[in-house]
This record gives sequence, C-alpha cells and structure tokens, in this order.
Amino acid sequence: MNHVADFPLWMAWFVAAFLIIGAGLTLIGSFGLYRLRSFYDRIHAPTLGTSWGTAAIVLASIIYFSVLQSRPVFHEILIGIFVTITTPVTFMLLGRAALYRDRSEKNPEVPAMDSPKSILDELKLMDKPESVYLESGERE
Amino acid sequence: MSATILFWAITFAQIMLTIAMVLALTRMIKGPRAQDRVLGLDTLYVNSMLLILVFGIRTGNTLYFEVSLIIGILGFVATVALAKFLMRGEVIE
Repeated sequence: MNHVADFPLWMAWFVAAFLIIGAGLTLIGSFGLYRLRSFYDRIHAPTLGTSWGTAAIVLASIIYFSVLQSRPVFHEILIGIFVTITTPVTFMLLGRAALYRDRSEKNPEVPAMDSPKSILDELKLMDKPESVYLESGERE
Repeated sequence: MSATILFWAITFAQIMLTIAMVLALTRMIKGPRAQDRVLGLDTLYVNSMLLILVFGIRTGNTLYFEVSLIIGILGFVATVALAKFLMRGEVIE
C-alpha cells in the first residue's frame, strides 16, 4: 500500500466510506439469501448486492483510480451498467422457471394457473354459448 | 494517515465480501431445490466480482477491472443457461 502515500485525506475517507457501504450491503443481501425461508423470499435478497453494493464499490474504484492517476477514469462504470441491466433479466428468468416447476408439481404454496378448461366448464354450468362469452370480453 | 484509512477500509470490505461468499456457498450447498442452488451460484459470482474489484483497489492495478468484468459476463451467461435448463430441460432448442 505504499503507492497511496500522498493520497488526499478527504478523498481517502470517501473511498473508504463507499467501500464499507458497498461491502456491507452485499453482506446483508447474502445473509438474507442464507436466512429467508422460501425461494420467492430469497430471490429478493441478493439484489441488494447487485444494485447499491455494486454501485458503491464501483464509485469507490472510480474515485480511487481518478485520484491515483490524476485524470478521470470511468471504465469501471461498464461493470455497473452491465450488472444493473443483467440482474433483473436473470432473476425474472429464474423466478419464472421456479414458478413453472412449482406449478407442474402442483405445489399448494403457489397460485395455480387459470386453465382454459376450467373456464369452459364454468360456462357449461352457466348454460351460456361459448362464442358469446369469448366475444363479449368480460374476462381475458 | 490516508494509507492507513484505505488499508483498514479495504481489509474490512474484503472480510465482509468473503463472509458474503461463504453464505452464498452455504445456500448453494444446502439447496433445498435446484433453483436455490442456481440463485446461490449467481450471488457467489457477483460477490467474487466485487471482491476482485476491491483487490484491484488494494494493488492499484487496473488489470483486475477486466478480470471482474469477465466474471460478471460469465455469471450472467451461466445463470441464464441454468434458468433455461430448469424451465425446459435443455439449454439450446
């Protein structure tokens, strides 16, 4: 650590604060992943680390290297943008896969899908022609 | 003085990120189902990416930035492929 001997003090406080905030939020998110009960609770926890956990550490890195090299260094922002874009995509795919698996196992803890068959059965009970019901657009 | 502040902040950040990695690894080993393991693996990827970024700050070398970017990209692709596999039973249809 001898390359930071002439690092400005108030900048050092900034970098330190952002590092601690980012690492702390990531730790809280991972602890939630470890501690929460069901999968649908757990999928929310790691997003703490991928939103402000990543953003704070990336900010600390930007400040640190900008001061160290005496010029603006912004390439770390690539990581921030990339993680911010990809995390919702992966977690939505994963959540849908989990929901599909739970439904196909008839797990009572997840809401069942409204199957078209049950709507038709309902119509037969109401003694109403299907075409009227489907065209009236009361229900999708 | 500023070197001392930075040294301790980086050390604390590395310790916290390592504990976070251990927690994610525990969830990956414990399960109980396949989607929990995939979620644990994704969290492990993100935590290791941040740990390498902090390591780059410690050494003052911008090379570690590229390592951590590659880990992020690989983690994204791996999680999408695994989620696809859980949904369909095969990755490429």
